[in-house]
Amino acid sequence: MSEQKTTTQIDLKNLKAGGFIKERGKDLFTVRLRVPGGRMSVERLKRIAAVAEKYGKGFVHLSVRQSVELININFRDFDAVVEELGEKEQKVASCGARVRVPTACGGCEYNPNGLVDTQRSALEVDEKLFGTVTGHHKFKVGFAGCPFDCPKSATNDVGFQGAIWPELKQEECISCGLCAKSCTEGAITIGEDGKPVFSADSCLYCGDCVKVCPTEAWKTAKKGYTVRIGGKWGRRPLIGTLYAEFLPEERVVEFVHELLAWYGEKAEGLGRIRIGDIILREGPQSLIERLRSKFPDHVVKKTIPPAVIPTQVGKR
Amino acid sequence: MKSIDLRGIACPTNFVKAKLALEMINEGEQVEFLLDDGEPVKNVPRSLKGDGHKLLGLKQDDAGHYLLLIEKVGE
Repeated sequence: MSEQKTTTQIDLKNLKAGGFIKERGKDLFTVRLRVPGGRMSVERLKRIAAVAEKYGKGFVHLSVRQSVELININFRDFDAVVEELGEKEQKVASCGARVRVPTACGGCEYNPNGLVDTQRSALEVDEKLFGTVTGHHKFKVGFAGCPFDCPKSATNDVGFQGAIWPELKQEECISCGLCAKSCTEGAITIGEDGKPVFSADSCLYCGDCVKVCPTEAWKTAKKGYTVRIGGKWGRRPLIGTLYAEFLPEERVVEFVHELLAWYGEKAEGLGRIRIGDIILREGPQSLIERLRSKFPDHVVKKTIPPAVIPTQVGKR
Repeated sequence: MKSIDLRGIACPTNFVKAKLALEMINEGEQVEFLLDDGEPVKNVPRSLKGDGHKLLGLKQDDAGHYLLLIEKVGE
């Protein structure tokens, strides 16, 4: 006599968002949590720890893209895990051909180098665009607050890097020389009259001159993001190249939206392809023109294709 | 005026030592810090400005070290 079979009750809607990743062992999955910009409240961290302790096997994994991953979770516990994490603020993160959770550096409120609010940008992109189906491949967005670029923004499909354009008010300068000393790029020298001389071509927009100036003679004339497109890592890495300068923070979502539209059109019929590989196929000019039509004041007139990083020497 | 030698001390220890030195003087008084070229002369002035102190000037002495003149602001 056979016993009556019953199936495990799971809400499959939870799986559709992605973020449940098959593990090696039978029945086991990783649950990837959504942590845009890598910042979370201690309260949330405690709740995650409690769930991990109850349903996992003693460990979590901190992913390279700033997520907390609950590992060794039995698929039969999915509903309970989702429920106990608290549905509203603990959404699981996506896998597959979607816009992924944006990464960001610590943020300008406490990091002395930060020029723009990367945390706010990451939250905004997460809220408005996370999970958008690209139809082709994954799409990663990253934010760096300054040209130090700890988050390696140019290895994202679109990477944003904080920038400011400095301007000197001569009459407020006391000729202390601190700006010239602070400028790593040699963009500021001290002239015969003891006043700074600015070479715009060497400036990387880091704002160190503005930050060190004791009399606020160096001012922030423009602020925004340097935008690079076409990066990725993995088997065949690409480094994204320059498309826009001083893009205002409040236009980031609109910019990514336009980029996704171009990606969607150009990737039609090409299958699983990243945006950087499309640019390699057809050159950057059509994307430049598309973006310039919407952001004429910020998009550059010319750029170069993504830089191929030859990690696979001898392979074609 | 006090002169504090911060040469040979790496960041951020040099900055913390500068903070401690500033605790010992009164608001409005000046102090001079000797700094190495490179990271120290780039970082320490900016950090002291961030703490609200007044940067009065930076000079290079004959030996190539930097003399940073600061006026203490706030207690």
